[in-house]
Parts: sequence; structure tokens; C-alpha cells
Amino acid sequence: MSATTATATPAKPLPTLDPVSKGFWDLANRGRLSVQRCDDCGHRHYPGAPVCPRCLSRQQTWEPVSGRGTLLSWVRFHRAYWEGFAPDIPYVVILVGLEEGPMMISNLVGARAEDVPIGAPLEVVFERATDQINLPKFRPRRG
Amino acid sequence: MGDFRALKDRIAVVGVGNTAYGSFPETDDYGLGAEAFRRAVEDCGIEKDRIDGLLVCRVPYYARMGQILGLNPRWTISLPPHGRMSAMGIIEAAAALHAGLCDYAALIYTNIGRSRRVNYGGDESPGFWDPWGMTSPGAAHALMFRRHMALYGTTTRQLAEVSVAFRHHAILHPDAVMKKPITIEDHETARPICEPLRLLDYCLINDGAVCLIMTTRERARDLRKRPVLISGIGGREAYTDASIANFDLNFWYEEAQDMARQAYGMAGVGPGDVDAFMCYDNFSPTVLFALEGLGFCGRGESGAFVEGGTLRLGGKLPTNTDGGHLSNSYMQGWALNVEAVRQIRGECGERQVPGAEVVQFAAVTPCSRTIIYTPG
Ligand SMILES: [Zn+2]
Repeated sequence: MSATTATATPAKPLPTLDPVSKGFWDLANRGRLSVQRCDDCGHRHYPGAPVCPRCLSRQQTWEPVSGRGTLLSWVRFHRAYWEGFAPDIPYVVILVGLEEGPMMISNLVGARAEDVPIGAPLEVVFERATDQINLPKFRPRRG
Repeated sequence: MGDFRALKDRIAVVGVGNTAYGSFPETDDYGLGAEAFRRAVEDCGIEKDRIDGLLVCRVPYYARMGQILGLNPRWTISLPPHGRMSAMGIIEAAAALHAGLCDYAALIYTNIGRSRRVNYGGDESPGFWDPWGMTSPGAAHALMFRRHMALYGTTTRQLAEVSVAFRHHAILHPDAVMKKPITIEDHETARPICEPLRLLDYCLINDGAVCLIMTTRERARDLRKRPVLISGIGGREAYTDASIANFDLNFWYEEAQDMARQAYGMAGVGPGDVDAFMCYDNFSPTVLFALEGLGFCGRGESGAFVEGGTLRLGGKLPTNTDGGHLSNSYMQGWALNVEAVRQIRGECGERQVPGAEVVQFAAVTPCSRTIIYTPG
């Protein structure tokens, strides 16, 4: 939705790309939300980890998920800890419980937080931050 | 085989000291730590060179601290500058003293965050969720409190009771930073920082230092003050969702219940026996979570429990009688343990809880810890 080119506004912080997280951001670039799934025991978790937190296997795969979840909580920031967020103040941060289990912090789009009750169904949408980073955000799920 | 309950009543806090609290750009971490240490040594009358254990927290370099104090101990631990470390450190020191790794331990906490303009968020403490603008421990508590409101109907007016009670206590405490009375209305109209939390839900950021001196019960008899015994301890970590720092979806309820079982069982007391409660309060909601997890009230009932001055002196459960982190000083749990000791000694003047004999400290955090103190 948003433009990829930099403006006069200072940049927002970007995710760290490393050997573990790269798979997540590769899929995100193709518009797919994923969690890390253990090839050996099937445990799903997010953020990624170098070994499976349940069985310590090193064999793990980024597995696309439904993109569906529920709103677990939300807050509204009135203070900018980075200059890049200053134009957004006040802005909303949400906690989403994915249908597949893991939780994610994100932002709410397409609705006022007051209009979305805790427990409401959400679905992922992507907002491009840079050429490399496509950020997952969430909006109320229709139907 | 060991059992932590063997520590019951074996280890005493014998000396406590603190600096003034405020803004002290003219000194540094070590200057503050040295002053707190001097006062704790004076408090118990120990010959300084008998101290052979050193635990430091938020001190940049333990060896420099030792050099400044002229100590060459046989036991040293340095803990990171996290609020949850105070009771963790005290319990470690108790175990070390019990094992004979040292005979007298000095525990020193220093904080010069105000003069250093620490703000606990943004690039100063990078986190996994920064790209979405999620940062700072206050925001994590806001996230939990919003959920508590939705699940249990807790209100910000109920939350205000915490800040109002602690401010009342700070006014009675000569060392405390915040001296202006506040009301529930003041809390409700304060500047929002991260909704649903407002300025008066946030701890202070100030400079200061605290020191505790501990030894075994037997050695404690030779020192100046009546020893204060560690009668119960408990702990439980919650690391499963550690990527969201300072957050737990269930308000650390299970972990607090677990540590409560450990500590109350060991001390042979229950929540109803606690004369004064010292509760880690980096942000006001954590007090509500602690009250539920420790069993002072039912799950989800903390909002109603604190209404009407429950936490104030003279109330059902006098809590953070020094003003806590919200209104006394941001000593990350350490000053609250000092206050527990002073309450049992009867040294608290206007803020004294009459006849305080069972005083409990608790920090309900990703590393939950509790300590029950009794007179020796
Ligand atoms: Zn596994």
C-alpha cells in the first residue's frame, strides 16, 4: 500500500535479517505469512529459533499459515521512541493470536481499535516497508 | 540431596543503606554505590574487611566496585540492570552464605539512569517488534492491562488506587522523590504514554543506590541491629514468550501461584498473615497481577480488591509503604527489600505498620521471585 521510496521522514526500524529469519521475510515478500515448524515434532513457533524449542531439532521449515488470527490486546502509543514513528503518533500496536498458535505483535489497519473487541477475528495484510521487507499487518476479518 | 526449604530462617539481612534519591550528575554509579555501602556498614556496625561476598547489580564493573570499597571477596556475582534481579540476587546470596561460599555478603545496586537520560525504549533497547513500533516495558504492561480490562472488567479508576496509595506513602517517607498528593482524578487525566496507561502508571527514573548486608543467623547475633530473617523464598521463570519483553498473556498467574506455594509453604504462613507487602511496581498493573497470583484476592478480582484504599497504611494490605517505584525511587526492587527490613525493625516512623512481623516482597515478572521476611 505505501510507497517504497524514502521521504524526508527518518526511517523506521527494520527487522533483522539473519539465517533464521530470512525464510520468513522471503515468504512475506511473496505475500505469505509463515511460522517456523519443526520437521521432526511438528512444533510451530514464532519468532524463529536456531533449534526447535520443544525437541531441539535443527530441521525446521518456514511454513505458510492461514493469516487468520484473533485480537488478544492493543495499545496506543502517544510517545515516539524513534523519530520515524513521530508522524504516526498516536499509533496503535496490537497483539494477535494466530490460528496456528504463535502470537505476533503487529499494527491494526482499516479500523479504529475501539471498534474491534478483544477476541475479534483478524486477517493479515502486507505493507511494503522497503524493497526487501514486506511487513505483515492485520485488519478485521470479514465474514 | 538439597531442598531449598532448608534455608528457612537460616540467613539474615543485617544491614541496609540507601543514598538520597534524585538527580546526581555530579557523581557516578560507583560514587552512589559506595555511599549506600558506607551506610549499610554503619547500620550494622560490621568491620568492613570482614565482608567476603560481593553481589552487584547495574554496577558497570564489579571489580572496580570492589577496588573502590577495598574488598577482595571470595564470592562475586554481577547481575544485569533488569528490575527483576533484586530478589533473585538476595536468594543467590542466601544460598551462597548457607553453603559457606562467603560469610558476609554485601549486595549493591546503583542506578544513575536519570542523569544518563535513560528512557527504556527505542534504539536504546532494540527488540524484535521494533518495526511495528512496539517498544518499552511500559507498553508491554499496557498490553496486559488492556487484556485484563477486557477479560475481567477491570477499570483504570481501579488501577489508579495503586498509584494513589503509593503516593500517599511517599509523602510520609523522608527519602521519597514524589511529594505531591494525587487523586484518582489526577490519574485519570494524566498524560497518556501508552494507552491504557498514563504518566502516573509509570515508575520514576531517578538516581540512587541501595545496599544490603547479609550473613547467617548465627553471625548476625554479633551485629548492631536485630536481624531480619529470610523465612520463605519462591521463584518461577516464564520464558516461552520472551520475544515480547516483559509480557505474559496470563499475567504470570501460574508462575506467581507456583512461587507462592513455595514461599508460603516454606515460611508456614499464608497471604492472610502478611502484615505489609512490598510489590515490584515498575508499572501499576503489575501490582494487580501480583495480588491475584499470590492469592491475596481471586483471579481477575484485583480491581475490586484494591478499591477504597486496601493498599494504604491502615488498609487491609499496606503495600509499598515507602512509595514504591511509582513514587519513592526507581531502585528496581532493591529499595522495597530494604523497606521490608525496616518495617520489621520498626524503623519506619510515620509510615510504620504497627507490629509488622511478616513482610513479603514479590516481583511478578518473567523471572518471578518472592521473599518472606520475619524478625530474628
Ligand atoms: Zn521439534
